Amino acid sequence: MKVLVTVKEVAEADDDFAIEGTDIAESDLEYDLNEWDDYAVEAAVQLAEAGIADEVVTVTVGPERSEETIRMALAKGADRAVRVWDDALDGGFADVASKVELFEAVVAEEEPDLILGGVQAADTGFGATGVALAERIGFEHAAVVNDLDVDADAGVAHVHRELEGGVEELTDVDLPAVLTVQTGLNEPRYASLRGIRQAQRKEIAVKALSDLGLTAEDVESALTLTSMYEPESESDAEIIEGDAGESAGRLAEVLRDKGVSA
Amino acid sequence: MSVLVAAEHRRGELRDVSYEAITAGRELADARGVDLHVAVVAGDVDAFAEELNREGVDAIHAVADGEEFDHNAYRAAASTLADRVDAGAVVMPNSVNGLDYAPALAESLGVPLVTDAVGIEYDDGLTVTREMYGSKVETTVDVEGDWFVLTVRGGEWPPAEGVGDATVETADIDLPESGARVTGFEEVGGGDVDIADADVLVSVGRGIEEEENIELIEDLADALGATLSASRPIVDNGWLPKNRQVGQSGKVVTPDVYIAVGISGAVQHVAGMKGSDTIVAINTDPNAPIFDIADYGIVGDLFDVVPELIDEFA
Ligand SMILES: Cc1cc2nc3c(=O)[nH]c(=O)nc-3n(C[C@H](O)[C@H](O)[C@H](O)COP(=O)(O)OP(=O)(O)OC[C@H]3O[C@@H](n4cnc5c(N)ncnc54)[C@H](O)[C@@H]3O)c2cc1C
Ligand SMILES: Nc1ncnc2c1ncn2[C@@H]1O[C@H](COP(=O)(O)O)[C@@H](O)[C@H]1O
Repeated sequence: MKVLVTVKEVAEADDDFAIEGTDIAESDLEYDLNEWDDYAVEAAVQLAEAGIADEVVTVTVGPERSEETIRMALAKGADRAVRVWDDALDGGFADVASKVELFEAVVAEEEPDLILGGVQAADTGFGATGVALAERIGFEHAAVVNDLDVDADAGVAHVHRELEGGVEELTDVDLPAVLTVQTGLNEPRYASLRGIRQAQRKEIAVKALSDLGLTAEDVESALTLTSMYEPESESDAEIIEGDAGESAGRLAEVLRDKGVSA
Repeated sequence: MSVLVAAEHRRGELRDVSYEAITAGRELADARGVDLHVAVVAGDVDAFAEELNREGVDAIHAVADGEEFDHNAYRAAASTLADRVDAGAVVMPNSVNGLDYAPALAESLGVPLVTDAVGIEYDDGLTVTREMYGSKVETTVDVEGDWFVLTVRGGEWPPAEGVGDATVETADIDLPESGARVTGFEEVGGGDVDIADADVLVSVGRGIEEEENIELIEDLADALGATLSASRPIVDNGWLPKNRQVGQSGKVVTPDVYIAVGISGAVQHVAGMKGSDTIVAINTDPNAPIFDIADYGIVGDLFDVVPELIDEFA
C-alpha cells in the first residue's frame, strides 16, 4: 500500500517578538517540522519497515524555505516528496477548503491507500485539514489517533482515538482512510547521518497550481486575518524580580505562607 | 434563517461543552435576530433533549442512532437538519469529537469553517477571535459570506442555564452506513498515585530538556512535600507515566498550589489546572501564556532557580 503523509513546516515565535501588520515579524519566527507531523512520518516509516507500506510520499504546501523541513522527513525515511506552491498562495491566510483543494489534486495523482497527517498545525491550530480532506476525496477517517494497527489484508485500520479525560475510543476504520495522528503514538526517530545523506538524493517534486490543473480562483480563501495582537493578560501575577537566589527566596516565603513544607 | 447547535455526549452523559456551545449559538442567533435550534444525535436522545431545553433554545431535534458518537451519523444528521431549519450557521464544541466531524460537515455543505473560537462578533458578517502561535497572540478573522461552521473552545462561554420552552421533536433522518465503527472504550491511567488528590503539585514541562534532568524536579517535589506531575510531552517521551499528565487528555487537578516548571501553558494543559488555588510559573519566556493565569511568576532559567528553591527548603 502507498502512504501519503501531509507534512507542514510551522513557525514558532521567539521569546521576544514584534507584530508587524497581521503577523509576527519574519525575523522573530523559527521554522520547524510540525510536531504532530513528525509522529505521522514515523508511523508511515514504521509501516514501510513492517512491509505493510511499499512507498511513503510526503506532501507539503509551502514556499521554497520549507524544503529544509521536507528534507528532514525524507531523512527519517520517507521515499519522496511533493511540494505545492504558487505565488497565488503567498501572503494570504489559507482556509481549510483551499488547502483541501490542493491535497485533492495531489491525491488524484498519487492514489494513496492511507493518508496520515497531524492532529493540528502548531502555529495556526485549526485541527481540521485531515477530516476535511477525507470528506472531499471520499475516504473514511479518524481524528486524534494515538494507537494504530493497520490490517492491510482486511482493509481495516484498528485505531484508538484519544478523547478528553484519559478515555480512549477503540475504532475500526475502513481503508482507504485519512488518520490524524496525536503525539505519543510512537517515538519519532532522529535522522541518522546516513539518512541525511540519502535525503539529498531523494526527489522533491515542486508543483504550481497549473501543474495540478487549478487556478488562483480555486484556492481563494474565505478567511481574512484582520488583526493580530498580544492578548491582554487577565492575571495580576506578581512577577518576582531579582537573581535566581533572590527570587527563589521570595518564592519560598510565598510558598511557606501557603502552608507548603515537606 | 436560524442557528443550529450540535450537542455532544459520551457514555450516557451530556458534556458541559454542549451548554457552552448553546450560549455561543444564542449570542450569534441574537446578533442575527434568528431562532436557535439544537440537535442531539444518538444515545438516550429523549432524556438529552429534556436536559438541553435551557433558556434561549427555541427548538430541539432528537435524532436516534445507536448509543455512541459516529462521525458519519453526526455529519449527516447535522447537514440534513441544517437544511430543514434553514440554518446559516452550525456551532459545536471544539472537542476531540467535534473535530472528528465539523470539518467534514463544512466540507460537505461547501461553507467556510472556523475552529477553536474564543470570541465572536457578528455585524455584517462574522468576525472570530482565535489564538495563534501556541496562544502567544490573538487574531481576528473575517469570514466571507453568511453561512459557516464554527467550533467554540471549551470554558470561553458560560454554560446555558435555566429551563427553556423549546419545542422538542424527534427527527426522522436516514443515516448512512458507517465505515468507522466504535468497538469500545479504554480508560488509561491508574498506577501508583492519583495526582488529583495532591494538595501541592510540582509539574514539569518540556523546558526540562533531558530525561536525566527530571531528577532535579523530583528533588524539588521532595523538598516541598509535593507530588510530581507533568505536561504532555514529558509523558509522550516516556519520561513519566501517563497518570502524571495534567490537561485535557490527562487529569484535571485543583491543588492548593500548582508549580509549573518549564511549561508554556498551552490551552490543553491549562484546561487541566486552571482551577488550582495558587499557580506559580517558572519560565524563561516572559511571553509564555502560563504567566497569564499565574499568581506568582519567575521569569528565569529553571536550572538556576530550582536548585536555589530546593536549598531554601533544605
Ligand atoms: C487534542 C490535544 C490534547 C492535548 N492534551 C494535552 C494534555 O492533556 N496536557 C498537556 O500538557 N498538553 C496537551 N496537549 C499538548 C499541548 O498542545 C502542548 O503541546 C503541550 O502542553 C506543551 O507542553 P510544554 O508546555 O511542556 O512544552 P512547550 O510548549 O514546548 O513549552 C516549554 C516551555 O519551557 C520553557 N523553557 C525552556 N527552557 C527553559 C528553562 N531552562 N527554564 C525555564 N523554562 C524553560 C519555554 O519557554 C516554554 O514556554 C494536547 C494537544 C492536543 C492537540
Ligand atoms: N500547508 C500544509 N502543508 C502540509 N500539510 C499541512 C499543511 N497545513 C496543514 N497540513 C496538515 O494538516 C494537519 C492539521 O493542520 P491544521 O488543520 O491546519 O491544524 C497538519 O498536522 C498537517 O499534517
